[in-house]
Amino acid sequence: MNILKFLTAGSVDDGKSTLIGRLLYDSGAILVDQLEALQASNRKNDDGTIDLAILTDGLKAEREQGITIDVAYKYFQTDKRKFIIADTPGHIQYTRNMVTGASNAGLAIILIDARKGVIEQTIRHSFLVALLGLPQVVVCVNKMDMVDYDEVVFNKIVSDYKVLAGKVGLKNVAYIPVSALKGDNIVHPSERMTWFKGSSLLPYLESVEIPTDTLTEHARFPVQWVVRPQTEELHDYRGYAGRVSSGSFRVNDKITVLPSGFTSTISKIELLDSEPEAAISGMSVTIHLEDEIDISRGDTLVSAKNKPHVSQLIEADLCWMDTKALDTTHTYFLQHNSKLTRCRIQEILYKVNINTLEQEFVEDFKLNDIGRIVVKTADPLAFDLYQDNKANGGAILIDSRTNVTVGALMFRANAD
Amino acid sequence: MKQLDYLDELEAEAIHILREVAGQFEKPALLFSGGKDSITLVRLAEKAFRPGKFPFPLVHIDTGHNFEETITYRDNMIKRIGEKLIVGHVQDDIDSGRVVEQKGKNASRNQLQTVTLLNTIAKHQFDACIGGARRDEEKARAKERIFSVRDEFGQWDPKRQRPELWNIYNGKIHKGENVRVFPISNWTELDVWNYIRREKIELPTIYFAHERDVITRNGQLMAASPFLNMDNEDVVERRNVRFRTVGDMTCTAAVESYAFEIDNIIDEISASRVSERGARMDDKVSEAAMEDRKKGGYF
Repeated sequence: MNILKFLTAGSVDDGKSTLIGRLLYDSGAILVDQLEALQASNRKNDDGTIDLAILTDGLKAEREQGITIDVAYKYFQTDKRKFIIADTPGHIQYTRNMVTGASNAGLAIILIDARKGVIEQTIRHSFLVALLGLPQVVVCVNKMDMVDYDEVVFNKIVSDYKVLAGKVGLKNVAYIPVSALKGDNIVHPSERMTWFKGSSLLPYLESVEIPTDTLTEHARFPVQWVVRPQTEELHDYRGYAGRVSSGSFRVNDKITVLPSGFTSTISKIELLDSEPEAAISGMSVTIHLEDEIDISRGDTLVSAKNKPHVSQLIEADLCWMDTKALDTTHTYFLQHNSKLTRCRIQEILYKVNINTLEQEFVEDFKLNDIGRIVVKTADPLAFDLYQDNKANGGAILIDSRTNVTVGALMFRANAD
Repeated sequence: MKQLDYLDELEAEAIHILREVAGQFEKPALLFSGGKDSITLVRLAEKAFRPGKFPFPLVHIDTGHNFEETITYRDNMIKRIGEKLIVGHVQDDIDSGRVVEQKGKNASRNQLQTVTLLNTIAKHQFDACIGGARRDEEKARAKERIFSVRDEFGQWDPKRQRPELWNIYNGKIHKGENVRVFPISNWTELDVWNYIRREKIELPTIYFAHERDVITRNGQLMAASPFLNMDNEDVVERRNVRFRTVGDMTCTAAVESYAFEIDNIIDEISASRVSERGARMDDKVSEAAMEDRKKGGYF
């Protein structure tokens, strides 16, 4: 059994919370006491049934306003898979929350209201999903009950969306007509849409393959911590602790340490009680090298056969996440995996209007703005391009005055 | 193309988070309650740092109203792993008048431990406290970050949370602030139990079915103990019970159970119709109980 992390993009009006509530409810993930709390709450649908949307909005402020402000994580599992849902708000003022939720997801569900079709919000959500490089998208055309479960309506939306997908660069897209409110095509196939031959949402989520990059050539290992017991019996012990961010390493593999460029060979891969021959993407291990080299937190071990870029000048997409606008004269911290360095945004190339996808030339960068910039770092970074290797192609910006995370960077080109 | 098994992936993520704490903070600590979640954290820390020492001590906030079995377990474990333990006593804060003991039938020291926790953090100047909270426990937790910043008063502000992207954690703070770190955020109760079974981790005996004197209060089974204020209406009965969480004796309810082995427990939970926090009296006070307590500095 493995884990699928997915993002739900849409707003309350599209029935997003109802859809998640329906997935949890119909798959039996709601427990009795939670259900009792639900029933005790005074929010009901028009026909008196429980409002499933309550399951997903957690904070008092949110309940008062009836909207989702923050990313909420929900968990459920079936016999086939464990699921982690990142439930993010859909309105434009919460773009940063959606970017956050999308950064860790392997799949996005994009909700479209069958009555409205592809609208401005759909364009924005699809652009963000493509920007963050999610490998798989499911378009759920919701509220089919409001359009008499009409196949023609569904087909029109599918063909409109295909145009949009081509424009923003989404490749793997599936389409499912659903009614979250009535439960059509969520867990069970709909009897009211027998014209739809595809699979319902849950069976689809249970079976969709999200590829992991385990190619040896893409081997990247950011060193987090050096294990040095310095006891008498382990006097010379020196292990590099970290998590393989992409690709795979094997004992006897030739590696390069970046940014220094020293090379060595893996002598041992260690877990607490075993010494595996290989470590693949996602594993937390301790690596030993044949040679004694000066390596510390922030360095990256990579396959000697395929090295990432090493540079201090990088072109990147930036999503600005702070209420205080970007200051191009200010020195920020940049954190790229375990590497922390200082940086400055040297140039703003353009901003994208995320509702129309047009590029605009601007002087300033404000909350929720997304666009292309050039960043200059104090130390050289060993990075891949985000489109080639997400795990080694993203970084965050931290304001050194407030310590708050103010931006997300996706590296797009070496500008050196 | 292989993908990791779900328990391997959760484990690897938690180890990564623990090593980020070691790499980013000057004086971290691991909050140890004696419950299964913090016991799981200890195993994960062994996986993250052995054969080296943990780069942090364990900290236990002791309400004084403990299950004896928990303290025995704690002391044996500390001996086995050879790491440092710091104990903060709620009793000390009661004696010094910093907090006042609750009165009445449902009196509990659960609320008071927040003060002792904040005092212990201040005294030792901890800049990060690792805890075993999970997002599936409760609605307010579902929105909390893995690195959760608390201000100098220990408060959590849900509206000022930092965006947390990819696997990159921002642990930068000002002096006086600290970060609560939750490495098993993405685990469910069932995941923890499956992991404990897989790793053959020993637990305090109260997690397994045993005979005990209990009283029924507000529909919940509470362990009869000198710490519980009882009156004539309370009827003590001998029942077969176990505990799903381990907290203060006055606020941790038991469930009727014949699950003597871990396999029985996992079957019981898989079929269970009451979520784990349903057995915590402290969450029942109001719908927003947890959110309010967290804002006040609760763990």
